[in-house]
Amino acid sequence: MKRRTLLLHLLPALATVDAVAQSPAPARPAAKPIPSSGEEIPVLGLGSWITFNVGNDPPARERCAEVMRHFFSAGGRLIDSSPMYGSSQGVIGDGLQRLAAQGRVFSADKVWTSSNGAPQIEASRGHWRAARFDLLQVHNLLAWQEQLPLLQAMKAAGRLRYVGITTSEGRRHRDMEQIMRNHRIDFVQLTYNLLDREAEQRLLPLARERGLAVLANRPFREGALLRHLRRHPVPAWAAEIDCASWPQFALKFIVSHPAVTCAIPATGSVAHVSENMAASIGRMPDEAFRRRMAAHVEKL
Amino acid sequence: MSEWWTYRPSDFMMFSPRAYWRLVEQYNGDLWPAQLVGVAAGLVLLWLAAVPRSVASRIVAASLALAWLWVGWAFHWQRYATINWAAEYFAVVFWVQAMLLVILGVFQRDGQLQPSAGVPNLGWTLAVCGVVLYPLAGLAAGRPWSQAEVFGVMPEPTALASLGLLLSGGQPYAKALSILPALSFLVGMTTLWILSG
Repeated sequence: MKRRTLLLHLLPALATVDAVAQSPAPARPAAKPIPSSGEEIPVLGLGSWITFNVGNDPPARERCAEVMRHFFSAGGRLIDSSPMYGSSQGVIGDGLQRLAAQGRVFSADKVWTSSNGAPQIEASRGHWRAARFDLLQVHNLLAWQEQLPLLQAMKAAGRLRYVGITTSEGRRHRDMEQIMRNHRIDFVQLTYNLLDREAEQRLLPLARERGLAVLANRPFREGALLRHLRRHPVPAWAAEIDCASWPQFALKFIVSHPAVTCAIPATGSVAHVSENMAASIGRMPDEAFRRRMAAHVEKL
Repeated sequence: MSEWWTYRPSDFMMFSPRAYWRLVEQYNGDLWPAQLVGVAAGLVLLWLAAVPRSVASRIVAASLALAWLWVGWAFHWQRYATINWAAEYFAVVFWVQAMLLVILGVFQRDGQLQPSAGVPNLGWTLAVCGVVLYPLAGLAAGRPWSQAEVFGVMPEPTALASLGLLLSGGQPYAKALSILPALSFLVGMTTLWILSG
């Protein structure tokens, strides 16, 4: 069953659900503070890996701009990219200009080079057509010993608001932990989802302890998780947290973790971005409910 | 890259099948009807490869050099690099191969390509696959004409046909000249395999 069909199918059921979950449903998208500043950002962002790498194809760029328009309309702010993602940065910049959304976006990009990162950052800024980035992260910890001081100097000079580091798929967690303990950063980005929960052991508690914001990448394992879950019905009890679909189930699980600030699902589909953003509205699971969600998915 | 052993080929796939095939479609549209020239040139090269005259081998080498130069520039550098940063390196590989074909296949007096005596050997069969069967295989797989991959226009049929033409003769430098086509074809097929699913 397609995601949109499933959503439409379950909406009537949601309307009659008893209020058995943990808190009253908020009317607007949930947001969480960045610990180092207190600035709030919506718990759902927009990734751009693969989905926004469409080259110079005008219809595809238009479609991406439409995805961004729906993302902003639903209250989203943070968009994440990287110089590694092909044309994604330029596609984002194109979309921001079309939508006149430079003032609304929370721009999160990366530096990904083993040589001097400054020229690459400047090129990235040009692609985004941004005055400055909100967040720059050292991509996959590549040459982090050189890049981190550069980003910190940019922040000190007022040319950057936040500094971060990234990893994915559970790689280099030990190095990440060491940097989190010993260096001044604001954000960490790592893989966290219903099945990839290694970060729960050390990194997420450490992020809380150190006052670091957490971006969760690969929330759907590049779609593989959803392809697997769609073979099964969404459990009826998911309605207790206002979940109408598997994507919402997966996203609510992630963003309800106390240490996670924002999840960044990537999509090139308007229907999917709208459905994803709906996960930031309504009741969120508490710890016991989260354990139930993870246990259920592990059994499938 | 640390922990390189934990990466899969699909981890490097930074674009979707839709983006790739749309790029091919646009490229073909921009070049039409150059594809017909590519197929015709490929058929002529197949015939020349079966002719036991050294001048034919020079024409084959020069034509292949031109094809590698063009595909490196028009596809890899101009188009593919917009969705795959590695394509800039692929372009350089294609230009190096073009240079090698010119040096070893056209100007090298003692090492010039010497076609076989017209017997359709394995190399010649591979060349036929690159020029004729490869584009048809895509169509048979359900892709439209607008996404056809043709010799002299797209990398994989160019690499396969080159590999076959170079191996068809048994000339002194054939093996050296076959390395980059073989690698290019392997990388291309791996990409298409990942894109297919």
